[in-house]
Amino acid sequence: MSLDKSIIEVKDVSFVYKSSNADRPDVTALSDMNLSIREGEFLAVLGRNGSGKSTLAKLMNALFLPTSGTIIVNGLDTTNEELLWDIRSSTGMVFQNPDNQIVGNVVEEDVAFGPENLGIPPEEIRIRVDTALETIGMTEFKEYAPHRLSGGQKQRVAIAGILAMKPKCIVLDEATAMLDPIGRKEVMRILRKLNTEEGITIVHITHHMDEAGKADRVLVIDEGKRVIVGTPREVFSDVKRIKKLGLDVPQVTELMYELNKCGYNFPTDILTVEEAIACLKQSLPSGKEL
Amino acid sequence: MINTNISIGQYIPGDSIIHRADPRTKIILSLAFMVIIFMMNSFWTVFELTVFVLMAVIISGVPLKHTLKGLKPLLLIIVFSALLNIFTTKGTPVAETVPLKYITYEGLIMALKLSVRLALIIISGSLLTFTTTPILLTDGIEKLLNPLKVIGVPAHELAMMMSIALRFIPTLLEETDKIMKAQAARGADFDTGNLLQRAKSFVPVLVPLFVSAFRRAEDLATAMESRCYRGGTGRTRLRQLKFTHADIKIVLTVLVFVAALLIQEYMW
Repeated sequence: MSLDKSIIEVKDVSFVYKSSNADRPDVTALSDMNLSIREGEFLAVLGRNGSGKSTLAKLMNALFLPTSGTIIVNGLDTTNEELLWDIRSSTGMVFQNPDNQIVGNVVEEDVAFGPENLGIPPEEIRIRVDTALETIGMTEFKEYAPHRLSGGQKQRVAIAGILAMKPKCIVLDEATAMLDPIGRKEVMRILRKLNTEEGITIVHITHHMDEAGKADRVLVIDEGKRVIVGTPREVFSDVKRIKKLGLDVPQVTELMYELNKCGYNFPTDILTVEEAIACLKQSLPSGKEL
Repeated sequence: MINTNISIGQYIPGDSIIHRADPRTKIILSLAFMVIIFMMNSFWTVFELTVFVLMAVIISGVPLKHTLKGLKPLLLIIVFSALLNIFTTKGTPVAETVPLKYITYEGLIMALKLSVRLALIIISGSLLTFTTTPILLTDGIEKLLNPLKVIGVPAHELAMMMSIALRFIPTLLEETDKIMKAQAARGADFDTGNLLQRAKSFVPVLVPLFVSAFRRAEDLATAMESRCYRGGTGRTRLRQLKFTHADIKIVLTVLVFVAALLIQEYMW
């Protein structure tokens, strides 16, 4: 899998919500956005509420069409209506509310919804559904009614529903926002697995900095503009700037930042607890245990 | 919890020949059976129908008590139409004294036959929902309505609506429960007062419920679109309906029985 080929190309994209009310001005959600998402990467998108994250996600799935500029998904221009279904089956989307995106009355029926819409023969759908459920570890729940599942399980079913369409890319629009910590962990584990084992590109919009810390790259959007793009280390090491954008940094990064303020001299790009422990150990007088 | 008391579709799991039959067979047969029940008028044919329906219930493995419970909501209609028949049918009075003078033998028999037939219709109809999951029922209805697309019946859309309604009933019940608790926590009272007062106290529950239902509908529509939904054309299904031996056996049994009934009713 080459990391150089881009799967989603966002070129000079602006998006304006036209106001239906003459008294109210139009709202510019995105302006002059440029972004190239590489095939096989795990990209986290951060930004405060109303920064344009969700709009960007919906543009990638051709749910919205750019007011100006172009978006190329998997080599296909999203403004070309004839390609709509190819685009939507190559980039699947998981939404925030787990309850409001499950269509089927039974888990396996919901997973089959996408392939059914694509007109795939029943035998092939059966294979795809079983494979998708196995990948997300929900085979034993295939006959369950969705309301009997936990939030995390519902989101996994939603992911399986997209997997059954054999996508190249999955866009998650704050899919972990309504989950408890256990559910979030489940979903993140699945996403990592899909990313490393199946080579599926993941675009994960989130409010959780620890999740963003695990991504390959982080994109920060503010007021519809691309502010920072880089590895989590690069992005989170500038704690001041991140805070100014109304965001947080992972807890350990913040801890080291605060310690540095008190006169210590730790590296600023620490993202995990393990790294922090290693650094703290080094700074102790030799021979003492932490 | 409200949602534990309501089991939608009243499906009772089982593995009888009736459970295994194709939903299309069951839908058509139960519709046809309702017509047949109304055509039967003689005492003996109604009696035979009763025996046949009871046997079907026994074969299906659905508890008889459960089946009879299904009659309860319609008991009033049955009793009312029976009374109407008793007092309006002309014929020989039961006795010459005042209250009994208005009751005729013919009326009593008519009332009995009518109530039995009404009960049979309800039982045979509920046998369909007892032995078929709501999902299969929806699939069956869609398949049966398909030919009517030619005259503009939106078969796929109707089935999709039914299926989404079924999917969201538990979700909305859960939500109702949550809203009621939230309102009760702020002092709302749902349990006292007369009927009008109680109905009024439900307004603060219904308003947020409706608002949220609309939001859910919008979310769901977006999610369906992003999963390539574009109506019924060109869509395939994971679950395929298939006629099996069970269907042949059931259809033949019913056909033979109905033929015998018709001969009895009209030829003798």
